[in-house]
Amino acid sequence: MQPNDPILKLRDVQVHFPVKTGVFKRVTGHVRAVDGVDLDVRRGEVLGLVGESGCGKTTLGKAILQLVRATQGTVTYSGEDGETELTSLDDAGLFRFRKRLQIVFQDPHSSLNPAFTIFGSLEDPLRHYGVKTREERRKIVGDLLEAVNMRRESMDRYPHEFSGGQRQRIGIARALSIEPELIVCDEAVSALDVSIQAQVLQLLMELKREKNLTYVFITHDLSVTEYLCDRIAVMYLGKIVELCDAEDLYANTLHPYSEALLSAIPVADLDKKSRRIVLQGDVPSPVNPPSGCPFHPRCRYAVDRCKTEVPELRRFKSAKGEHMAACHLIDQPLAE
Amino acid sequence: MANDVALTVKGLKTYIYTNNRCNRALDGVSFEIRQGKTLCIVGESGCGKSVTAASIMQLLPTLSRIEEGEITYHGPDGPVRIDQLPRDGAKMRAIRGKEIAMIFQDPMTALNPVYSIGFQIKEMLKYHTGLGRSDRHSKAIDLLRSMGIPLPEKRVNEYPHLYSGGMRQRAMIAIAMSCNPRILIADEPTTALDVTIQAQIFELMDTLKRDHGTAIMLITHDMGVVAELADDVAVMYMGNIVEAGPVGKVLRNPVHPYTRALLDSIPVLGRGKDQEIKAIPGQTPDPYNRPEGCQFADRCAYRIGACDQMPDETQVAPDHRVMCWRYEEFAADAAE
Repeated sequence: MQPNDPILKLRDVQVHFPVKTGVFKRVTGHVRAVDGVDLDVRRGEVLGLVGESGCGKTTLGKAILQLVRATQGTVTYSGEDGETELTSLDDAGLFRFRKRLQIVFQDPHSSLNPAFTIFGSLEDPLRHYGVKTREERRKIVGDLLEAVNMRRESMDRYPHEFSGGQRQRIGIARALSIEPELIVCDEAVSALDVSIQAQVLQLLMELKREKNLTYVFITHDLSVTEYLCDRIAVMYLGKIVELCDAEDLYANTLHPYSEALLSAIPVADLDKKSRRIVLQGDVPSPVNPPSGCPFHPRCRYAVDRCKTEVPELRRFKSAKGEHMAACHLIDQPLAE
Repeated sequence: MANDVALTVKGLKTYIYTNNRCNRALDGVSFEIRQGKTLCIVGESGCGKSVTAASIMQLLPTLSRIEEGEITYHGPDGPVRIDQLPRDGAKMRAIRGKEIAMIFQDPMTALNPVYSIGFQIKEMLKYHTGLGRSDRHSKAIDLLRSMGIPLPEKRVNEYPHLYSGGMRQRAMIAIAMSCNPRILIADEPTTALDVTIQAQIFELMDTLKRDHGTAIMLITHDMGVVAELADDVAVMYMGNIVEAGPVGKVLRNPVHPYTRALLDSIPVLGRGKDQEIKAIPGQTPDPYNRPEGCQFADRCAYRIGACDQMPDETQVAPDHRVMCWRYEEFAADAAE
């Protein structure tokens, strides 16, 4: 296993949810939440998934863990014992891999059971994965809480006694409890105040270094991604429109959507005040995505070709690794 | 230039009572809002930003009281002491909505779901202007059109659930702007929205400021928004304005340790992966059990003995004030 080998390979992953209407619950359409995504997650990297709400980033995150089953395509996990296609396994077969792939949820208020003590919430995964005695579990949970900078004694308290930042750290401790290799952080810092957000970000980075973790970091905040991630995938309407090195995304933006997204972010730096590109209208419905390039109705460069032809994700020449973008109008040389 | 001041708040203390306990939500807050300028109030959750807005609008919860201080509205008919008006009195009702309007954080809960958008705009016009029925209807359509809502003739009769998040927020701005208020108070107007929609709303607010000379008080927790929109900034912490001044001075040369810590704790887009972010240790104190003296002292890296006493507001420059014992050292440091 090389450090840069892909830990997960996604090939043409689609997640479509049926839309049922009427008394007889007839299926009248599909929400194309994730619509054909090819993506490699490399071992030891932080991969950022960004996009507006409704673009399918959370669904993709859950599809990576097979918490939501992909309706088409494959998710392949490669570990010490070779490659396994997670999409072909049933729930019992997935059990073994749940240990390696974990998730931290967005809302720290609803992701902990209020009726359980912190120990109760944190011991559950341990019990399922074979830590038999209670003493041992108490010891491990205590260590975990210390690893996320909380006091060992807090394990016997209830979630309502903790603040948002503390709860989010408990959520991280729970994801860590069975020593996963990959953690999907679904908007893990979005609900927190800025001063607390920085604490959690630093904690995540420390844990990554210590335990050699891989993160898939889902967020809508591009300034956080740029700081934290090695690579960034920009999503729009269920598709990846740009995928590249984090610094490259800012220095050499290729896709018009990424350009608009970057310009729309308020930057806390008076010297970097830029002209914002205001996109017209809202994100179209993923039930009836526009024909051709899904971004063309809001794109200021759109030409006739964009309305009919779906752009492929193409590989462009770049100083830093690969730079992929899905747009017809990029006049940069392609990589061989 | 005293005549362009739209609203003055002086030594405002608002206390909220629950279960025989008292939350000194605002503990002596002073600022002014000027015509055609944007004042941004920035701070973490629970610091009293929204209570400030509610005090001005006289929309405080029942078990709370303005204990001390003055809120003076400089209207066309001379100054009015808002804090001395009865909450439900005719005078306050005439000012609220017509002269001072407010945009709320969550457009879904602030709009009434059982009335059409048009009805809710026309309600304002009915009570505050002498327009007839058909004039009100056409004015409502004009307002929606100026907010960039497509097909306003049709949309005016639709209900809030048919609007998307960004359109709801624009409809709410339309309601707020219907009577051309002199002051617009926006309480985190874009927190629930995506960045691209946020950019649309900001563009709209800039236009209002330019075309109508509206004074805007914008409440936010995002330093990026401050850098983007503000003319003046007030940084709040636990019921006090700890630093206030023009945006250029406060963001470039902050003299309060909290402002500095806040600016250091956020990743800034475009600075890449090498930027250093510093978390603020600890968390905000319990508002019912506040520490003695400077509220930030427990989290402050520059704490000295004097911090057990609350510092007074001091003018660093005629338009720049701060509440810190050691401001002179920071000011000297900033001047270098």
